[in-house]
Amino acid sequence: MSEDCIRLEFDVDSENFASAGMASEAVKTKLKQLGINMQDVRRVAIAMYEGEINMVIHAKGGKATVDIFPHRVDMILADKGPGIADIDLAMKEGYSTAPDNIRALGFGAGMGLPNMKKNTDAMKIDSVQGIGTTIYMTVNLH
Amino acid sequence: MKISKIVEILKAEALTCKDKLSDEVISACAADMMSDVLAFVKDQAVLVTGLCNPQVIRTAEMMDIRCVLLVRGKRPDATILDLAEAKGIVVLCSPHRMYVACGLLYKAGLCGGEDCV
Repeated sequence: MSEDCIRLEFDVDSENFASAGMASEAVKTKLKQLGINMQDVRRVAIAMYEGEINMVIHAKGGKATVDIFPHRVDMILADKGPGIADIDLAMKEGYSTAPDNIRALGFGAGMGLPNMKKNTDAMKIDSVQGIGTTIYMTVNLH
Repeated sequence: MKISKIVEILKAEALTCKDKLSDEVISACAADMMSDVLAFVKDQAVLVTGLCNPQVIRTAEMMDIRCVLLVRGKRPDATILDLAEAKGIVVLCSPHRMYVACGLLYKAGLCGGEDCV
């Protein structure tokens, strides 16, 4: 890790749905403090929040690592959940495996992964069924 | 439109950040699915929703939404209100249903974003 990087690390807890989003909030606050432009801050916040919600819904939590560089933000969201059976299908808008109780909470519309892709400049998903999923995302700063 | 005008039009009650009622807002969105708010909302400052949980406030925070209007008389618990207060988000509670609340606001000049003049 270079000297120009600020690293933030979070354990994403799945025990309490109400607390989901705390890591994203902390990242957003930090980016605002650093004076990053608001459009970029929002893109990072949306991608991170969607990812965090996914970890809580599907994977019983996990670990989030965010590296803030002068010209980009890298996010790594790693979980030990069930993995994604078909990544291409999961990337389709409207496709969701979220249960009804999650929809009742306002999520699970099948927009999470596509929205993460839309709000980032690079995104890669490594997933092995029964082992877990790691999502790498980068947002370039302007 | 000032947030205080929304309070007046919708017979609403302000539950948090009452010092911000004179803030101006120019556009609004309405949804019960926070997934849709995250995917489709652009720069709307007001979120009209029937959903009442902490994720509504967190979604508003991520999207820089400054005012959350709860319809159908939904009353948030202290956790939600404390979170909104900490994030500087005005929470309003109106007895109107979603359709009527949106109609009244639109009629009064609060646009949906892409239709703003």
